[in-house]
Amino acid sequence: MTVKTKEVVQLEPLVDVSHLIEPPAIEIDSGPIKMRAEGLRVDYGKFQALKDVTVQLPEKRITAIIGPSGCGKSTFLKALNRMVELVPDTQVGGQVWIDGQPIYSDQIDLAALRMAIGYIFQRPNPFPASIYDNVAYGPRIRRRHTRAELDQIVETMLKQAALWNDVKDKLRQSAHNLSGGQQQRLCIARSLAVTPHVLLMDEPCSALDPISSQKIEDLISELKEKLTVVIVTHNMQQASRVSDYTGFFLAEHTGDPGELVEFGATSHIFTSPKDKRTEDFITGRFG
Amino acid sequence: MNANLSAGQSSTRKVKDRLFQALCIGAIIFSLGALAGLLLDVVISGLPSLSWHFFTNFASRFPEKAGIKAAIYGTLWMMSLTASFCIPIGIATAIYLEEYAGDSRLARIIKLNIANLAGVPSIVYGFLGLAIFVRMLQFDRSVLSGALTMALLVMPIVIVSAQEAIRAVPLSLREGSYALGATRWQTTRRVVLPAAVSGIATGVILALSRAIGETAPLIMIGALTFIAFVPDGPMAPFTALPIQIFNWISRPQAGFHDIAAAAVLVLLLFIFIMNAAASILRHRYDRRWQD
Repeated sequence: MTVKTKEVVQLEPLVDVSHLIEPPAIEIDSGPIKMRAEGLRVDYGKFQALKDVTVQLPEKRITAIIGPSGCGKSTFLKALNRMVELVPDTQVGGQVWIDGQPIYSDQIDLAALRMAIGYIFQRPNPFPASIYDNVAYGPRIRRRHTRAELDQIVETMLKQAALWNDVKDKLRQSAHNLSGGQQQRLCIARSLAVTPHVLLMDEPCSALDPISSQKIEDLISELKEKLTVVIVTHNMQQASRVSDYTGFFLAEHTGDPGELVEFGATSHIFTSPKDKRTEDFITGRFG
Repeated sequence: MNANLSAGQSSTRKVKDRLFQALCIGAIIFSLGALAGLLLDVVISGLPSLSWHFFTNFASRFPEKAGIKAAIYGTLWMMSLTASFCIPIGIATAIYLEEYAGDSRLARIIKLNIANLAGVPSIVYGFLGLAIFVRMLQFDRSVLSGALTMALLVMPIVIVSAQEAIRAVPLSLREGSYALGATRWQTTRRVVLPAAVSGIATGVILALSRAIGETAPLIMIGALTFIAFVPDGPMAPFTALPIQIFNWISRPQAGFHDIAAAAVLVLLLFIFIMNAAASILRHRYDRRWQD
């Protein structure tokens, strides 16, 4: 017992110092910042889900969000494009910026915001319509398109989502006839069709088999050339494989709000985490 | 201790089991038997009177000359007006309650009361129709008054079934739509309604098949029973199939009882077709979500 206490005491000054130098450390090797959260806090009614998250998400990089269940990582993700407000009785504090514009503001057009920041759900949720209509949904709600324009968009997006070869002969068939992995790639194509800057992914592979997961991971790596990706994952290997940066969220006890414990380059987080709790989580001691 | 598997050990339990089974079968035979007997009686007395003249003749003092032309036209007129009132208003109400109203206290009270309205006896609606449409708004004893009263009567059924169909659309589809930057109306119009449409249509048809057989409210608002012309507009006086049946049944001559049975057959055919359409729709709807 005494030994453990000593370890914590030794670590504490280290943690403090790291907090002070952390933000510049990211900016130095990350290039431009796409999104930024400051003092972000989310309450569902009386339950506080997220506490004081301050973080910067580098542009055209993949940021993984890891942490045990109930640590607020999905809440954080949903707060980044205000999807969190779809939950009744939600209160959001703090601020999030994209390209320097605050998103929690009356001046923001929610529809435009969500087109700029796409969202991929844990379970694929294609609309009960044809493959073609799923991809064309976003463009259609934006404005009128000619048939030829839509054909072009659908083909391009399905190619980008690495789904074109699977479905090019059955665009008019129901999206529900596709396999789970294909459905998820269809959902990605659907999101890409509104040309987002950022793609938020909430455990996009958790409902899929390993081979389908592999395809999605490959796709995510390709997307990074065009987009900023934030991916919540339960899978440590996945986080270390696909991401450039990693944030570790933790709710100290059940019922406590989740907070960002550590954020940094994935190589750092997975090899030499600064926080003892991050290390314990990554090495599988809990969670 | 060996397991005792010999028969007869649990004989009391088996007897109870058989008894209950017999009881249930008895209940089915009783209810279906009564229904079958009723149908048979109607068919036997009504079928001989069904002829082409029966559909093309107006009502008459002589049973062999009497027909249901006016009643059929009146029913068709009334049903199409009823549908055009209750479908848009009912669906719009359901959309508001499910998609826009949220879970406020007011919304909860409204929802509860709509469910209660579905249980109000139809004669009360007839009274309401008489007071408001016939007297206050001076629509008189017209097709319009009848249709408005019927629309009020079946509106709760339309609303509740549309609400259920809308609620059955998975939340994940709405979220998917919002995440693509759709507004609430776009989400409702392009995702929720298409997914709920067969459920809504089923409810509408069932509601209309209830309206087509309702008699009490029409008696209440005074739909005329002896009419020798076809309604020429929403303000024309009219009669309807159930009213015609009621009228013929109340006469002493046996001949009228037979043609009443024939009219019942026609009414049953209408209802059967509508219910068949509803269950076909329901079947397709269920299959769609299993895919």
